[in-house]
Amino acid sequence: MEATTATIRKTALNAVHRQLGAKMVEFNGWDMPVEYPRFGGIMAEHNAVRTGVGIFDVSHMGDILLSGPEALSAVQHISMNDASKLSIGQAQYSALLYPQGTFVDDVIVHRLADEQYLLVINAGTREKDFSWVHSNTRQFNCAAEHLSDEFTQIAIQGPKGVDLLQKLTDAELSKVKFYWITRGTVCGLKNILIARTGYTAEDGFEIYVPSDEATSERVWNEVLAAGKDLGAIPCGLGARNTLRLEGKLPLYGHEISDTINVWEAGLGRFCKMDKPEFIGQAALQSAQAAGLKQTLVGLQMVDRGIARDGYKVLDSQNKEIGYVTSGSYAPFLKKNIALAYVPPSFAEVGSFVNVEIRGQGVKAQVVPTPFYKRSKKN
Amino acid sequence: MPSYPSEFKYTKEHEWIKPEGGNATIGITSYAQESLGDIVFVDAPKVGSEITAGATFGSVESVKAVSDLFAPASGTVTEVNAELATAPEKINQDAHAAWLVKIKLKNPAELDSLLSAADYEKFVAEEGGH
Repeated sequence: MEATTATIRKTALNAVHRQLGAKMVEFNGWDMPVEYPRFGGIMAEHNAVRTGVGIFDVSHMGDILLSGPEALSAVQHISMNDASKLSIGQAQYSALLYPQGTFVDDVIVHRLADEQYLLVINAGTREKDFSWVHSNTRQFNCAAEHLSDEFTQIAIQGPKGVDLLQKLTDAELSKVKFYWITRGTVCGLKNILIARTGYTAEDGFEIYVPSDEATSERVWNEVLAAGKDLGAIPCGLGARNTLRLEGKLPLYGHEISDTINVWEAGLGRFCKMDKPEFIGQAALQSAQAAGLKQTLVGLQMVDRGIARDGYKVLDSQNKEIGYVTSGSYAPFLKKNIALAYVPPSFAEVGSFVNVEIRGQGVKAQVVPTPFYKRSKKN
Repeated sequence: MPSYPSEFKYTKEHEWIKPEGGNATIGITSYAQESLGDIVFVDAPKVGSEITAGATFGSVESVKAVSDLFAPASGTVTEVNAELATAPEKINQDAHAAWLVKIKLKNPAELDSLLSAADYEKFVAEEGGH
């Protein structure tokens, strides 16, 4: 575990969130907006992203740049997906693993240039990730730079995100596919990194602008203003969490952690065992042969109740079999859903389990995941 | 600022209670619904069950949080607002009208120790810093 920081950190947009009347919470050492009641709150924010567009300050996310002749070898060594498959301008979901095949963090790897890779990492694991990357890439001829504080990262998410951002940039966004990146002038700022990525299970973009307050505030305000006629509203971490939950996107410390391995988390499709070598590969091979002890499933509550993070999962005899990693009312699906670890024998779609809610077993059913899947155009 | 009816009494856990003879109606305050955000679930006790002053008698959940309900007074539940099972957002719309349960008071004198509207307003102003 990382050391706790005494001071709570603020993004460059902190004052703007407060002006907008955001409810602020501490998240992984950051003072972040959880919702903006003036714009309707979590439900309205969630549904804006599903049906229109929502704007998030995600500057608490971290960034590590690996560059040099052996940058690819370094990325290949420390991450589980196959970065050799990336064209310049392409991104992939991946993860940094410990030798035992469990998670340091999940990351998005962007290939910015021939010998340049940008790893976007989680807020709560920034320092741990950087020291991990730094110490495990030393043997390669490449430099690891921690750029987290250089960028204000703004996510423009939802089916109308493309229309919004196109108003502010000369980059031809229709040519940027999902999980690809480009550079362009945004709000008059030259050479801004624009990625068609996100954490909402929706189409959208993330832009990386200089992190000084004046620039950050100007861009944020221009994005909001440009989105006005599209119904764009600011969105907080509350909606970010329910959006990612509907899309079964893992959250570090919940679905993935230093005690959960890739197979258990159901992320095998992003783990390329046929790559020559990466940290965690050998342990994952053994784990694969040994078989799963627990696996991540989607639950939908059958009886009244909401499963919450950490609640116990019980069998029909109310014997403890697993635990909930994330659970909430799903604002777009209008159901009570959860992700949970259970033994494989309970993981079949259609199976019934109970979730212990305030001392009582409440019936839930294993359902297919992701709970929500967008219709893909890009 | 929402207005807190003067005929209600209030708890520091943000419930209101409206006494009517030997009976009373209980709900959560406007301040409580505002801090919780979008309310999506109400877990209320059944008719006939006993609730005890200061003890939890159910919960209210928003998208992001679970909040226990603390009984402002002891008594027997005589009625439950069934509408909230399917439309919990009524609490967000008007917390002082969307009641949770009605009870037959066991000891009406218990209400004397609760906060008046003016005291409650002062209390939340200090707690919420606004």
